[in-house]
Amino acid sequence: MATPPVSDRARRNGHAPGDQGFGLPEDTPAADGSGAVSPTAALLRRAARGVAALAQARIPPAHLDDRDPDYIRDRLPAMWLAASLWFRGEVRGLGNVPEQGPVLLVGNHSGGNLTPDTLVLTLAFSAYFGVERAFYQLAHNLVLSVPGLSFLRRFGTVAASPRNAEKALDAGAALLVYPGGDREVHRPSWQRHRVDFGGRKGFIRLALERDVPIVPVVAAGGQETALFLSQGENLAKLLGLDRMFRLKVLPVSIAVPWGLNVGDMLGHLPLPAKITVEVLPPVHLREEFGPEPDVDEVYDHVVRLMQDTLDALAAERRLPVLG
Amino acid sequence: MRVAAAADIAAPPAAGWTFVVDPARYLEFMAGMTRWEVVGERARGLGARYRMLLLVGSAEVGGLVEVVEWEEERDIAWHSVTGLDQRGRWRLREREDGGTHVELRIQYGVAGAGISGWLAEHVASGTVRGHLRHSVVELKRQVELEARRRRAAARRTAAIP
Repeated sequence: MATPPVSDRARRNGHAPGDQGFGLPEDTPAADGSGAVSPTAALLRRAARGVAALAQARIPPAHLDDRDPDYIRDRLPAMWLAASLWFRGEVRGLGNVPEQGPVLLVGNHSGGNLTPDTLVLTLAFSAYFGVERAFYQLAHNLVLSVPGLSFLRRFGTVAASPRNAEKALDAGAALLVYPGGDREVHRPSWQRHRVDFGGRKGFIRLALERDVPIVPVVAAGGQETALFLSQGENLAKLLGLDRMFRLKVLPVSIAVPWGLNVGDMLGHLPLPAKITVEVLPPVHLREEFGPEPDVDEVYDHVVRLMQDTLDALAAERRLPVLG
Repeated sequence: MRVAAAADIAAPPAAGWTFVVDPARYLEFMAGMTRWEVVGERARGLGARYRMLLLVGSAEVGGLVEVVEWEEERDIAWHSVTGLDQRGRWRLREREDGGTHVELRIQYGVAGAGISGWLAEHVASGTVRGHLRHSVVELKRQVELEARRRRAAARRTAAIP
């Protein structure tokens, strides 16, 4: 199988050919098997490829040095105001994070593209350990390519790729990953109390390879910041968004101020749902599962642990949004 | 932002001093305090360093602080080294009736944070002031309780023929 072309920019950004980077869609033959592509379809595909290439070019190189402790420190008051007054954020168990050394924080992902649980956790982590402690977050490539969101790099957000994750852990940092990614973050609101990693186990292999503990981080409330209706997976597949943007979803929600919100590309004004985050004790894989842990067994264990915690957090909530 | 709280304790300054210089007691009487631990080898006195965190809103804020002023049974002052910019002071003064006027002052802020920093300081002041007020009230309660226990123990000892 031929290796897909990878731009210099993508390489600098930490995307090796096998990283599922921005693979551009090949022209696929017509459904009737004739091999002919209609002019309109070809035009649409060229336009889509152009947009994909544009998005790819916008992704900034992922240098860990982009993280700027002074910048984060200056932004903490604004984050504190949003987290405390709007989301009434509550973070428990930060003492479970090892005081030093690399650690993989594994969270469930909620709240659409704005992910208020990330805001609340980043604030709490930075205040608790100090902005001096290196803390990185993996984000979908598109998030970093959206105009106006480049400031996220200064918070330590880097494009999600195995290479970037390894670099961060090798540098001794705390790294936050959301295995559920775009699929979980847009799950329907009635599934808000479900941990849905979609079988993605890369984080376990990463923790094993780098021999770092996994600290599960469970958040509740994010999926109440809008009425999420559907992930729109079929729609995304139909439009080829997976191949062009690594987007497996085209979410549909009802959100302020748009009303019907398709894609959530421009974000939305989140409802002031109470966000509760619980940080669990670290899972030391080789100590708990032996020298050669079974990835499936670890995955089931971590997901079960997080689901049980989310169930407990859900039981505390009496009303949606109000908490 | 500067906030302070004070209380009159019916015990001599030495009694209150034993509480405010003991890092192990901070979690027992300081409201909202989630951590006050010694960093380094020096546990008390000038130059002692502590990692302290106070729960305010959605975050535990604080950082590393260092004692910069130490006058036995009168004053302890600290400055922040990392984390939130802050200066704090315990001020104990003997009253005419032999009791102690104790005051806890904290000045805090985030230099360079602009309007959001100013706003956050003011919004947080209510919570911080509440923590300080509850702390000095709890300190008074614990010091006076300890003083009563000591007096009772002394009476028992004196009553033994």
